[in-house]
Amino acid sequence: MKAGKFWAWIVFILGAAYFFIPLIATIEFSLRMRRGVYSFDAYKVVLGDSQFQTTFMYSVIVAVFTILLGVLIVVPTAYWIRLRLPQLRPVVEFITLLPLVIPAIVIVFGYIRMYGSNSPLPFLSNNTATNALLVIGYAALALPYMYRAVDTGLRTIDVRTLTEAAQILGAGWGTIVTRVILPNVLIAVLSGAFLTFAIVIGEFTMASLLNRPAFGPYLQNLVANRAYEPAALSIIAFVITWGCMSLIQVLSRFAPKSANRPN
Amino acid sequence: MAEPFLSIQHVRKSFGATTVVEDFNLDVEPGEFVSFLGPSGCGKTTVLRMVAGFEEPSAGKIVVAGKDITRLKPNQRNVGMVFQAYALFPNLTVAQNIGFGLRVAGMPRADIDARVAEMLDMIKLPQMADHYPYQLSGGQQQRIALARAIAPKPKLLLLDEPLSALDAKVRVSLREEIRSIQKKLGITTIFVTHDQEEALSISDRIAVMYGGKAEQVGTPFEIYNRPATKFVANFVGTLNVLEGKVTDAASGTVQVNTQEVSLKGKLNGSKSGDMLSLALRPEAISLGRQPGRDSSLSGEISEVHFLGSVIRVRVGIGGNTVSLDTFNSPATPPPAVGEKAEISFSSSDMLVLH
Ligand SMILES: Nc1ncnc2c1ncn2[C@@H]1O[C@H](COP(=O)(O)OP(=O)(O)O)[C@@H](O)[C@H]1O
Ligand SMILES: [Mg+2]
Repeated sequence: MKAGKFWAWIVFILGAAYFFIPLIATIEFSLRMRRGVYSFDAYKVVLGDSQFQTTFMYSVIVAVFTILLGVLIVVPTAYWIRLRLPQLRPVVEFITLLPLVIPAIVIVFGYIRMYGSNSPLPFLSNNTATNALLVIGYAALALPYMYRAVDTGLRTIDVRTLTEAAQILGAGWGTIVTRVILPNVLIAVLSGAFLTFAIVIGEFTMASLLNRPAFGPYLQNLVANRAYEPAALSIIAFVITWGCMSLIQVLSRFAPKSANRPN
Repeated sequence: MAEPFLSIQHVRKSFGATTVVEDFNLDVEPGEFVSFLGPSGCGKTTVLRMVAGFEEPSAGKIVVAGKDITRLKPNQRNVGMVFQAYALFPNLTVAQNIGFGLRVAGMPRADIDARVAEMLDMIKLPQMADHYPYQLSGGQQQRIALARAIAPKPKLLLLDEPLSALDAKVRVSLREEIRSIQKKLGITTIFVTHDQEEALSISDRIAVMYGGKAEQVGTPFEIYNRPATKFVANFVGTLNVLEGKVTDAASGTVQVNTQEVSLKGKLNGSKSGDMLSLALRPEAISLGRQPGRDSSLSGEISEVHFLGSVIRVRVGIGGNTVSLDTFNSPATPPPAVGEKAEISFSSSDMLVLH
């Protein structure tokens, strides 16, 4: 018992050290821009950089659209699979995992072949169309995370009975998905959304090859050419990520609780 | 019989190669409360789901108020349904749950509020309007599910084992509440259950189902006292079955073990030498000879269970065992195991099962 507790603490301390030492080192380093004293100069430089602001905003907007597109595709699909085509679930799961296996660069080259300026559909010569293609590509990249999150959410409710209860009360598919299914898997959708956000914010390959003014390429550029600013940027990214995580935690308190419990 | 409100005609349902419901026929009058009673897996839910529109019959048709609804979608049928699993929407409050159907129908807000309040009063839960389903007990959830089903004033109310997840006490009080609400509103209702006591106590008529067919449709009194088939007789209530052999078809004499009973006019068509199953309800049998009971058999007491106000006694007659109940009387001690005993009954209470 005592020995078990001792080893548990050892493992915990090792794990914590593995996690915190690089973090602390990075923070420490990011504060050393001014010679001899700790300062927030690196943060000031980063946050004050107009390129930081525009690329970050661009990526945030792309992320929002990616999330909307992902929700629009994944929620009805995962719902329908659970309700009517459970035998197709392994197939769909396999498809949603493909983006983890196929490198993003393949999608980009596909795009260039398909929509390049010499092709019959020269979308890539149009700015808005290229942005749209980027969003679509990102939605594919985020598919594994979004699908898994939503599917897990659907597992916690009795999809079939709730659907039938709504149907018999006169509801059509639109009403069922928006008023019954979506609200009950909202927390799952949100966690999928935050993962999507994290992916889109840091993505480099697609943005760079499609020549988009996104945050990923900016980050890459900064890392290659500066010393202290990338450290500061890492810390900023870390804070944003953890902010998202805590937000999921807070929001899940407001999640509708399952009513299917015995009395 | 008045024009039936709901008419289920020659309905069959197959899933792949297995036929789950076969040639199911039932006419339900307006305002009637009909129960589907049968063991689990006999097709009760499947018939109900066809009436609701969740399953399409493989053959036959379903008519409501003169209109063929066989191919209508569930959301076009104006039918209310209460499910076995509490199917309240977890993300909505009690009031929003009850108002769901009205909102979908596009009713103005003020009218919805009024109707929801009326429904909450009806189920005696007006203080629960703003609670969420997870904050309620199972019994409360089912009452709200009932209110939600009734709120849009459906033509037909379907209940699929709505009480089976509740504990015994709540089950009894809620079934009476359901029945009284149903009577007050006069809504035509189908109630599915596997619990015979539930079906007997609240139904106008019962359809006893077995193997996808309606074995017998009748009032609880008819079903209990004049079961049409062996299955119905066995499934509904406790039944004592005696194996007998027809010795003289003309005079209606049947031999049980080595003793004879006379069943004049009940043998319809059996010949001498045929084997028969004879059934008696426990309450139709008395211990000892009683005035007015024309038949008797003698045997030996094999078990005695003291249950308080009644004493359940089992009597062995040859290879058959008969259960009967006698009332407890403080003055007389209960019979003892091993005693010789005579049971008496009226031959008119004897059911001949084919
Ligand atoms: N969707 C389905 N696919 C295949 N078989 C089914 C389906 N639904 C019900 N069954 C079968 O039909 C039979 C009757 O089911 P059900 O109507 O639910 O019975 P009950 O409600 O009387 O218990 C069962 O044997 C069940 O396995
Ligand atoms: Mg059932």
